[in-house]
Amino acid sequence: MSDKVIYVMYDDDHVLKDSAKKLVSNGVKINEVFSPFPIHGIDPIIGIKNTRLGIMAFLYGLTGLTLATIGMRYFMIVDWPMNIGGKPSFSYLENILAFIPISFEFTVLCAAHGMAITYFLRNKTLPGMPAQNPDPRTTDDKFVMEIRMSENHNISEEQLDNLLSDTGYFELDKKEVK
Amino acid sequence: MQKEAAIREPLILGHKTYHDITEDVCRPIEDKAPKTWYVLFGIALVIGLYGVGCILYLLGTGVGVWGLNKTIGWAWDITNFVWWVGIGHAGTLISAVLLLFRQKWRMAINRSAEAMTIFAVFMAGLFPLIHMGRLWLAYWVLPLPNQFGSLWVNFNSPLLWDVFAISTYLSVSLVFWYIGLIPDFATIRDRAKKPLAKKMYSIMAFGWSGRAKHWNRFELVSLVLAGLATPLVFSVHSIVSFDFATSVIPGWHTTIFPPYFVAGAVFSGFAMVQTLLLIMRKAMGLEAYIHTKHVEYMNIVIMVTGSIVGTAYITELFISWYSGVEYEAYAFINRATGPYWWAYWSMMTCNVISPQLMWIRKLRRSLLFTFFISIVVNIGMWFERYVIIVTSLHRDYLPSSWSMHYPSHIDIGVYVGTIGLFFVFFLLFARFFPVLALNEVKTILKGSGQSYKESPDYHNDHH
Repeated sequence: MSDKVIYVMYDDDHVLKDSAKKLVSNGVKINEVFSPFPIHGIDPIIGIKNTRLGIMAFLYGLTGLTLATIGMRYFMIVDWPMNIGGKPSFSYLENILAFIPISFEFTVLCAAHGMAITYFLRNKTLPGMPAQNPDPRTTDDKFVMEIRMSENHNISEEQLDNLLSDTGYFELDKKEVK
Repeated sequence: MQKEAAIREPLILGHKTYHDITEDVCRPIEDKAPKTWYVLFGIALVIGLYGVGCILYLLGTGVGVWGLNKTIGWAWDITNFVWWVGIGHAGTLISAVLLLFRQKWRMAINRSAEAMTIFAVFMAGLFPLIHMGRLWLAYWVLPLPNQFGSLWVNFNSPLLWDVFAISTYLSVSLVFWYIGLIPDFATIRDRAKKPLAKKMYSIMAFGWSGRAKHWNRFELVSLVLAGLATPLVFSVHSIVSFDFATSVIPGWHTTIFPPYFVAGAVFSGFAMVQTLLLIMRKAMGLEAYIHTKHVEYMNIVIMVTGSIVGTAYITELFISWYSGVEYEAYAFINRATGPYWWAYWSMMTCNVISPQLMWIRKLRRSLLFTFFISIVVNIGMWFERYVIIVTSLHRDYLPSSWSMHYPSHIDIGVYVGTIGLFFVFFLLFARFFPVLALNEVKTILKGSGQSYKESPDYHNDHH
């Protein structure tokens, strides 16, 4: 089924935000917004939920902490308890102070890298991937709103054009996609 | 849009638009490099290659070609290691700690400060590696199952903590820096005309889209990485100080070492940022983005951390007397009056007196004076590490073991070589990477840009 995509380009972030507010209050579903920098406050308007990457970072950190604890307990207590200055090496808890720095470092290492890798995979941004933005100017000073007709059955193209006409857009582009 | 008080100085001078910011940052990358760049790059490369030559000679011959000896087992190498790690503390501090404090002035300097951090940590990591003597066995510091029976690395040792701390710090800083670079690489990719540049930048931009969802994730990832990197910055230099503080050498086993080392690291890191940025802003025409106000803010950080360092020096002196431990008291008297008195007094002058001059507003807003002080601080901080390491070791418990350290030309060559390599990396960065965080600077244009702050609607417009 073919679909019609409308790209509305603005040259100011606030104008785009006002226009998005107006469209959404008229029942238009905005599929996507492309911008050269984060537009604060656009997410709730176009219905983007907050990312859960923070929770993932916490889980990766927890994994790191667990691995560090298991590893150091095995190396230093179970497998080869070293006698250093006659200090006891019978239990992990008695020696835990010496293990804090590496537990911390390994937690941070796993949390940071785990989150970074998840971020790249979720965004589908990896080395050499083709550019995903519809117009090269959206990484400079232009802001683009993408509206798909297939997601807006309750509104006709003319009605949409009328709504858009006084939002002060910079350029309007319509494309047929498959 | 966030509003600021009218009396607060604008962070972006002049009448800039979003497009102007893109132009200003991308132009130096897209234009041909100026002749001075080639000259500087050539000099740095020659010095760097000389350093590589010295390292190869050292690896082929042995650590004996350095000036260290049985008594002074750590000398220039570890001094340089701590010096470089210290310098490598400003970047992540600027981007992580200042991000958490919502300091908008960081946006003009964070990118180049982070680049500096990464290159400085590269240089730092080199020293313990070559000090091992047999570089090819460096992987023995990792807890790998091996053929020597079940022999593991010692997790009780601060030297092993250092391995984990430095490698975590380097890799996390690198990721933090690169994630911030991706949207800016996309900007360059979308502007590039030459096919090779387009190809290279599109590989490096990872196909960045600028979607609202991606920006949402980007901002959270930056925030969480900042949250992770903040304690990391403090932990790294604390752990470096444990290398000394957990030993029983008079002059080394001091409980104030961790905070004192961290303050010293931030102090020297900001000094190096000043040295580099004062030249870079001029050479690349970025005076509208990095101006007197930014320099003043950094000078205030230098003043505060310099005062912490000065207090720590005096506390150490006092405690060495107050503790009643003769060895401890001697170590400090010997520092000030022994054969290395000149190193001690250079350190005191450079690190205690010079930052106090920053109380004078006129001086801390003077670019020339700042540049001079930044060099002084870097020299002072090198002497600090030299004083701590060499003068504490050179008077052993047994007077028959007393010794002196004289640097060999290989010591000097390796050190100067790392400075050369550091500048090779930094010059390449300045030539091919966006030196300003484009996407971040654009977000503060309307809130802190001069033309916006001066416009009549700034204070009554309600977006």
